[in-house]
Amino acid sequence: MVSGDTEAGARAAPVVMLEGASKSFGALKAMDHVDLHVSPGESLGLVGHNGAGKSTLVNLITGLFAPSAGRVSYPGASDHRMAGIRAISQEGTLCPNLTVLENLQVVQRDLNGWGWRRVAARRIRTALDAVFPGHRIRPDMLVADMSLAESQMVEIAIGFAEGPIPARLVVLDEPTSSLDAQVSAQLLAHIRRFCAAGGAAIFISHMLGEVFAVADRIVVMRDGRIIADRPTSGFSRQGLVDAMGHVADDRNQPGPTAQARNLGDTVLRTPEGIEARRGEIVGLAGLAGHGQAEALARFYLSQGSDWRSTARPSAVFVAGDRRRDGVMPVWSIRRNLTLAALETLTRHGLIDRAAETAIGTDWQKRIGIRTPDMGNPILSLSGGNQQKVLFARALATSAPVVVMDDPMRGVDIGTKTEVYDMIRHEAAQGRTFLWYSTEMDEILNCDRVFVFRDGAISAELEGPRITEENILAASFEFGDAA
Amino acid sequence: MRLINPRLALPILSLAILIVAVFWLQPRAMSYVGINLLFNLAVPIALATVAQMIIIMVNDIDLSMGAFVSLVACITAAILPGNPALGVLMLLGCVLAYAALGALIEARQLPAIVVTLGMSFVWGGAAVLILPSPGGTSPVWLTAIMKAKPPLVPMAIIASLLIAGVAHLLIMRSAFGVRLRALGGNARAVSRAGRSTVRLRAMAYAVAGCFAVLAGMALVGLTTSGDANIALRYTLLSIAGVILGGGEFTGGRVSPIGAVIGALTLTLAGSFLSFLRLSPDWQIGAQGAILILVLAARLLVRQAEKRT
Repeated sequence: MVSGDTEAGARAAPVVMLEGASKSFGALKAMDHVDLHVSPGESLGLVGHNGAGKSTLVNLITGLFAPSAGRVSYPGASDHRMAGIRAISQEGTLCPNLTVLENLQVVQRDLNGWGWRRVAARRIRTALDAVFPGHRIRPDMLVADMSLAESQMVEIAIGFAEGPIPARLVVLDEPTSSLDAQVSAQLLAHIRRFCAAGGAAIFISHMLGEVFAVADRIVVMRDGRIIADRPTSGFSRQGLVDAMGHVADDRNQPGPTAQARNLGDTVLRTPEGIEARRGEIVGLAGLAGHGQAEALARFYLSQGSDWRSTARPSAVFVAGDRRRDGVMPVWSIRRNLTLAALETLTRHGLIDRAAETAIGTDWQKRIGIRTPDMGNPILSLSGGNQQKVLFARALATSAPVVVMDDPMRGVDIGTKTEVYDMIRHEAAQGRTFLWYSTEMDEILNCDRVFVFRDGAISAELEGPRITEENILAASFEFGDAA
Repeated sequence: MRLINPRLALPILSLAILIVAVFWLQPRAMSYVGINLLFNLAVPIALATVAQMIIIMVNDIDLSMGAFVSLVACITAAILPGNPALGVLMLLGCVLAYAALGALIEARQLPAIVVTLGMSFVWGGAAVLILPSPGGTSPVWLTAIMKAKPPLVPMAIIASLLIAGVAHLLIMRSAFGVRLRALGGNARAVSRAGRSTVRLRAMAYAVAGCFAVLAGMALVGLTTSGDANIALRYTLLSIAGVILGGGEFTGGRVSPIGAVIGALTLTLAGSFLSFLRLSPDWQIGAQGAILILVLAARLLVRQAEKRT
């Protein structure tokens, strides 16, 4: 349906063209005069800091927003749907109460009439087999019964699945955030195959290694503008980080292991064998879904009572799955922040508003929450800033132990660096951190690491023994045909 | 494919236990006539429960179910026998009104609990206007259907199976039903896929309205007269039936077969208490106790499931 042919030299008509496209939300200019063409066969890496305008760009391309100025057009097609543009978003757009194949039906309109289940099952099975060979997902499985990684795999497969309008441009926003390394590699390989066959992809990830592995062109955004748009070969890792405007690269952070600290007595011990001393940052490593989150939840729930709350809790929890365990979506930023410390703010059963405001302002400054007004709803913040609020919520209490369930999922490097500093500072003051993380650089920052495999601790590493090789060796079971 | 949904195990078990208990207390109930008597009042309740289930499935709740079924009963008893054309038109209007409510709730993002609570007074008022005092008659054909005596299996059982089967096909198996359940599961995903949530919610309410109209008609077919207060307790019975049948209040997780089983269980619980010769003063409380018992059992089963 597109006139352009793909002969060498002759450039095929782009799938999507943005010409001077802008988008503002009230006074906030989220995107400012962006020109961008994506052609068939292209694999585009999109990088940028939180709030750089990546999501806005994606939403314009996928037709969720209309531009406030300028033009978004799909040569040869009337709208984004006819153009074969598919979006795999970060937030999860599956219906948990439906099965895998029923979820495909929600997006594909031709699945109607007799026998649609058979067609849907075939399409989704083919897509899953193509993208994730060796997956164990059945089309009749209920999404609610699946793990986070599995539902993300389903979402990706739906994006690539055969349908009434073939996929020509697939937009993947942080698609690997809850996939482990092996499955991520399968996905990257599939994106390359898809583009080699004439499809186009836009790939957004904070893992620069993945962007370099998959993209043949990288677009860098900052402050709602495209500030660099070159073939991947024109970037170096350092150059890319510099272009995003970050001062810190994840490679040159000083490990806290280097800075010798005086650790106190052992303050906690769990049935699984996790131990931590006062002021220690303890990491829980291993492949995602091997029992780390469960161990944390069991420990945290054993610390409190279901019946009464106390002004001096012995542990606080920082959620990784913000939507499920973290934010109160209709509350203001300030209320979300002070939630855990509420008992200390209560006087005669009422909340001391002045003290609440003071805590809010204090933490806004200390952790750098980017908002003009702490009374704004929490959902007005970007993901990284929401996560900062959840950190502040935990740190605003007097709890000696902070439990963190992979809280940095999908957070940009700038926010991470700020939070790492905050954690080190708090640890130096004598707080103990229990930190489950799926990211190696975070684990390498810990004083002691417990590696999980199949629900049990497979290694305990300390000091100089905390290395990537040791952790990987303990995470994988050798001689096992996975 | 699993043959039986594990969520249905508990509703089926509770119904079976109650049936055994009733037969043990009153062996004479174990007959064609006995079974029909035990279950025939369950038919309208089952229809109302399925209607309520469809509303709960799209994350709403309908507090006007009882008043609406009563209004339908009044129309059926007062107008349908004398003026079939007008009667059918009015019943059709009722369904359309339900669809309009659904569209309004979605378009203006109103809480359904408030809208339906308000509408319950409208339905109640309309019912009194149509039939100021209890009376009217049932259309002959309707009574003939409801009181039919098919060989071997009593009408009440056939009707229950039919309701469960039709609702299951429509809600659980058809593409249309999947779209409605998707609305309850993740409305944002539905609108992102380019479908109109207003249209879908209106459809859900229209389908619920159809089942509720059938409930009112079935009730008149059995009682052969109407009354503006005839079905007021259906509101709470239908909600209880949905939950008893394994449905959840939010997230679009419901089961039509479970809902019908839930309605049968609730009806049977009433008979069981009568057979126990419990004073009517205590019956409502005892019915509540049975409800709490089943729900507690369900909670325990879920927790056990989670632990494994």
